[in-house]
Amino acid sequence: MADVNRGNRPLSPHLSIYRPLYTMILSITHRITGVGMAVSLTMITWWFLALAINEKYFELANAMLTSVVGGFVLIVSLWALSFHLCNGIRHLFWDSGKGFELETAWRSGLAVLAGSVVLTIIGVLVSRGVF
Amino acid sequence: MRYQTDRQRVEGLGSAKDGTMEWWRQRITAVALIPLVFLFVLPLSRAMGQDYDDVLKIYEHPFNAIVAVLFFITIMSHLRQGLQEVIVDYVHGKAMMTIALLANTMFTTLIGVTGVFSVAKIAFGG
Repeated sequence: MADVNRGNRPLSPHLSIYRPLYTMILSITHRITGVGMAVSLTMITWWFLALAINEKYFELANAMLTSVVGGFVLIVSLWALSFHLCNGIRHLFWDSGKGFELETAWRSGLAVLAGSVVLTIIGVLVSRGVF
Repeated sequence: MRYQTDRQRVEGLGSAKDGTMEWWRQRITAVALIPLVFLFVLPLSRAMGQDYDDVLKIYEHPFNAIVAVLFFITIMSHLRQGLQEVIVDYVHGKAMMTIALLANTMFTTLIGVTGVFSVAKIAFGG
């Protein structure tokens, strides 16, 4: 073990070699949604800070976040959160060694996509006071 | 040729020192966030767009306040770890990497502390 070959090992092919698969898109989307939600979280934290400061500041933050642009960003964030949540659960299954079969990974990916849309719709309905 | 015994190599965990802790932290916070995210987003989605006094009432409630504090603490750790993973993968060069990692720690800590402080101030009626 002390003489492990380090540095002269064969290199695995770069990502661009492979034919793009939709599961690869899901994989990178997990990262993109994760990083993207840093922006959403900053907005929401600012909203809480404004609420803690005073009414005038809160009115400003609340108006910004519920404006057309703010609302659009929040709905996209809601989808990002739903996707990251569903795909995160998929990752937790993989971490426990389950669901690695090609067919299963393919289908769980579809479930993640469907789940993210359903959760987003439920979230929008809840925010409108439907439930 | 490395003058290290097998035992040393295993015990030292290489230059990173604590390799598995980051992996575990990401998973533990991920599992914790599954219920927390629902409990946090539900009142939040209702609160947004409401009047100042009504929103204050929502977060003056101990349940919502405790959930929000737990959420901010957990997300601070999860976000920091996640962004760190992305930085380590895509940012090259020691100087840039160090700056990015420091900025990441500062940003996520600032978000977490601001969130916890704000919710606490609201809940305590200050």
